Amino acid sequence: MKKKTVGKVLSQKSLAPGIYDLEIETCLAQDAKAGQFVGVYTKDASALLPRPISICGVSDDKKSIRLVYRVAGKGTDEFSHLKEGDDVTLLGVLGNGYDIDRIKTLGNSDTPVRALLLGGGIGVPPMLELSKELSTAGVKVISVMGYRNNDTFLLDEFKKYSDTYVASEDGSVGTKGNVLDAVRENGIGFDCICACGPMPMLRAIKEFAGDRTAFISLEERMACGVGACLGCVVKTAKEDAHSHVNNARICTDGPVFEASEVEI
Amino acid sequence: MINTQVTIAGVTFKNPVMEGSGTFGSGMEYSEFVDLNRLGAVVTKGVANVPWPGNPTPRVCEVYGGMLNAIGLQNPGIEVFCERDLPFLSNYDTKVIVNVCGRSVEDYIEVVERLSDEPRADMLEINVSCPNVKEGAIAFGTDPAALSNITKEIKAHTKKPVIMKLTPNVTNIAEMAKVAEDAGADAISLINTITGMKIDIERRKFALANKTGGMSGPAIKPIAVRMVYQASHAVKIPVIGMGGIATAEDAIEFMMAGATAVSVGMMNFVNPYATVECVEGIEKYLERHGIEDINELIGCV
Ligand SMILES: Cc1cc2nc3c(=O)[nH]c(=O)nc-3n(C[C@H](O)[C@H](O)[C@H](O)COP(=O)(O)OP(=O)(O)OC[C@H]3O[C@@H](n4cnc5c(N)ncnc54)[C@H](O)[C@@H]3O)c2cc1C
Ligand SMILES: Cc1cc2nc3c(=O)[nH]c(=O)nc-3n(C[C@H](O)[C@H](O)[C@H](O)COP(=O)(O)O)c2cc1C
Ligand code: FES
Repeated sequence: MKKKTVGKVLSQKSLAPGIYDLEIETCLAQDAKAGQFVGVYTKDASALLPRPISICGVSDDKKSIRLVYRVAGKGTDEFSHLKEGDDVTLLGVLGNGYDIDRIKTLGNSDTPVRALLLGGGIGVPPMLELSKELSTAGVKVISVMGYRNNDTFLLDEFKKYSDTYVASEDGSVGTKGNVLDAVRENGIGFDCICACGPMPMLRAIKEFAGDRTAFISLEERMACGVGACLGCVVKTAKEDAHSHVNNARICTDGPVFEASEVEI
Repeated sequence: MINTQVTIAGVTFKNPVMEGSGTFGSGMEYSEFVDLNRLGAVVTKGVANVPWPGNPTPRVCEVYGGMLNAIGLQNPGIEVFCERDLPFLSNYDTKVIVNVCGRSVEDYIEVVERLSDEPRADMLEINVSCPNVKEGAIAFGTDPAALSNITKEIKAHTKKPVIMKLTPNVTNIAEMAKVAEDAGADAISLINTITGMKIDIERRKFALANKTGGMSGPAIKPIAVRMVYQASHAVKIPVIGMGGIATAEDAIEFMMAGATAVSVGMMNFVNPYATVECVEGIEKYLERHGIEDINELIGCV
């Protein structure tokens, strides 16, 4: 059941310049999984719409969620000042999330399925919960995370669940270039791709995947977050379930889509 | 026993609270949050004779105290609507108002004729006021002769009560209300969104792909209250008021200005429970003020 609910901030810290790590105690944790997101409300009555932020982690006791976000404007700036004990109003849990059972079927049966996780910039955080859920499900996880520079937030945590590689635009760590440069440089083999990041990266991944299955997580401007306003659509190859006009709603039919299904 | 029922064109609503077309899907999306049985009516997203793909993205953006939208009336067309959305709404004890859009008079007529045999459609709301599609829609709502003509045509093709939904993007709302009434409208609803624009100064681009969009939300409420007041004093037919309603206090303000019923629009996005909170808040207000019949509030200022 989706809800609008008030959570409590357990902790907040800065991971890199402008990047924050927020742990919130909330009943939404009960149902939250990788690839889903929540809408976070500001306390500023002039900035009314919920800000979509992905689930970066769900605590083992399912009592809290972790959000890692970049300060991008007035809402996220307000969130960056939240402190332990503060209330924060959330709408969630939103979106479809990754289909782990489906991913488990994508290899050949002799060896564990190899999932290649690609995260770019602020697309890194949602990949962390996914790497945890996949490795728990017995999937072999290879993470390749891309950053601007050597502010490689969350990178160490991926090592718990996966073989981990890194790319940086300025070459200060790992492969110089983007995540696909790192995949090629390291000759990484895989059965399927899961990716989140800026649109040019996702386009390149769609092309790179060819006929291998790739799941990509999309972003769009949202208003309702629950599939009612039809604000957040993406063009699809096949008829969408709602309007039958090849326009799927990212907030409800996504944000995770098979790359072959969307025209980006 | 306090009476919260209101009647519009022979249709009785258990209370005056509805939601604005396009902000509530077909009711399905918000049925996870609110019990649709508590609402006076569910007003569905605009539906045309054939599926419409809508506008390119970005289609929505936030503005101070509200938002702009340029959805462009994406909808699955009347067939899917009748096969999927109306049967869903049959499960609920609430009235159903079907919002209709079109590019030509013929488009509208096709939809209203198709709905004539649908017992689940209690009323029709004709959107002649969407600012986000190039042809049709708003053109019918800004020109008095065109508004009169389309109202007459629709009335000639359906027995269901017809609400004409008016645009605020006109100089004289009272005149437009009168034109709709004279052409046979059973009720009017207002306001639809106010045409606006936002520019992203960092990217030097329009915030919306459509450049312009319709503004809604609390920031437009005083304009909406003024227009509901002017329109309702110009006509005898009932008025459904909307524009920035978030709370029961807002809803009561619209009723005092002259609205017989009210709709919650974009504030559903901000508070998915807003409709039911309005219903409960109105009941408390009536109790607190010892008012026995909600109809006493209508146009009481
Ligand atoms: C499904 C989804 C998941 C996301 N997950 C994350 C995440 O885990 N971490 C993170 O840092 N960011 C994430 N984003 C982007 C994040 O939503 C925006 O950075 C944030 O909304 C900016 O809000 P603001 O008030 O700071 O910016 P402002 O520019 O002041 O916001 C104004 C309006 O534009 C919207 N907006 C601005 N930028 C974006 C954007 N890129 N995408 C969607 N809406 C936007 C805001 O929500 C708000 O309604 C995600 C976006 C989506 C759609
Ligand atoms: C996203 C969105 C979609 C809308 N779609 C429709 C529509 O399909 N038909 C219609 O008549 N009005 C539509 N409207 C207008 C609303 O029903 C309402 O008249 C307007 O938003 C003002 O009310 P508000 O300020 O409470 O939102 C839409 C508004 C929004 C925000
Ligand atoms: S944000 Fe409203 S449909 Fe996706």
